[in-house]
Amino acid sequence: MNMSSGPAIAAMIGAIVLTATAGDVFVASAMRSVGDLDDIKAARGFEGAVWAVISEGRFLAGFTCMALSFFSLLFALSHADVSLVAPAAGSLTFVSNAVAAKWVLHENVDRRRWLAAVFVCCGVILLKR
Amino acid sequence: MNTSTMTLRRYLVLGLVALTSAFGDTSLAVGMKRIGPVSLSHPDALISALRTPWVLVGVLLLVIFFASYLTALSWADLTFVLPATSLAYVAVAFLSRVWLHEQISTERWLGIALITAGVGFVTQGPAWTPRSCADTSPDRGFTGSLQESK
Repeated sequence: MNMSSGPAIAAMIGAIVLTATAGDVFVASAMRSVGDLDDIKAARGFEGAVWAVISEGRFLAGFTCMALSFFSLLFALSHADVSLVAPAAGSLTFVSNAVAAKWVLHENVDRRRWLAAVFVCCGVILLKR
Repeated sequence: MNTSTMTLRRYLVLGLVALTSAFGDTSLAVGMKRIGPVSLSHPDALISALRTPWVLVGVLLLVIFFASYLTALSWADLTFVLPATSLAYVAVAFLSRVWLHEQISTERWLGIALITAGVGFVTQGPAWTPRSCADTSPDRGFTGSLQESK
């Protein structure tokens, strides 16, 4: 497969968006489960807060996905222009995160939050052109 | 504790997320520009890049970014934290204008305006979806068990 072809680049951008979204959703879910870090720090100290985070399986899964996203980005940048990959991946991740937050994390994504995601998504495209 | 309220301290944490992300990325960019292109066949060059002061500062700032990002996610929704901290993109644009002397085109100014409007939208609303709506699993985490024990 020609790695510079349109479908190949779309697949690379898709891989970045998918792993970045999975990373954010896993980490957000882990932090929701862990609870308010300020309360934990007050009760168990800094080490207790660090332990509460790193002993949460979803945090490790999220961290792994974020690392995969980073390496997917490096791989994509070695085959495609940064001016295409960075805005496409950055902006699509905002929208995919909003969708995942609604359906996976069951967050209350109201009209205001959809508008914010779309505005930031368009803003990132314009900013990175 | 009422997790739905945004205190000044919490806004400062969101600001820290945006600023450390912006300064961290820009420091890395300055450091990597001074090093020059790194070949994928010699990834060890990335390890030696850590000895460059700007890269080291960038990595330290991104560690602070990640810690404050996790703190924010422990009391606010992902769909609140991500747009609220997207001012980092605006900060990067200003930093690259002032520090790296890059030009900001009309398109970029429009992008900055859209991101700022998005941040304005989201920060006017609630930061947190109550747990009864958000999570029906029995796993209530440390804070949940702490509140139950009081």
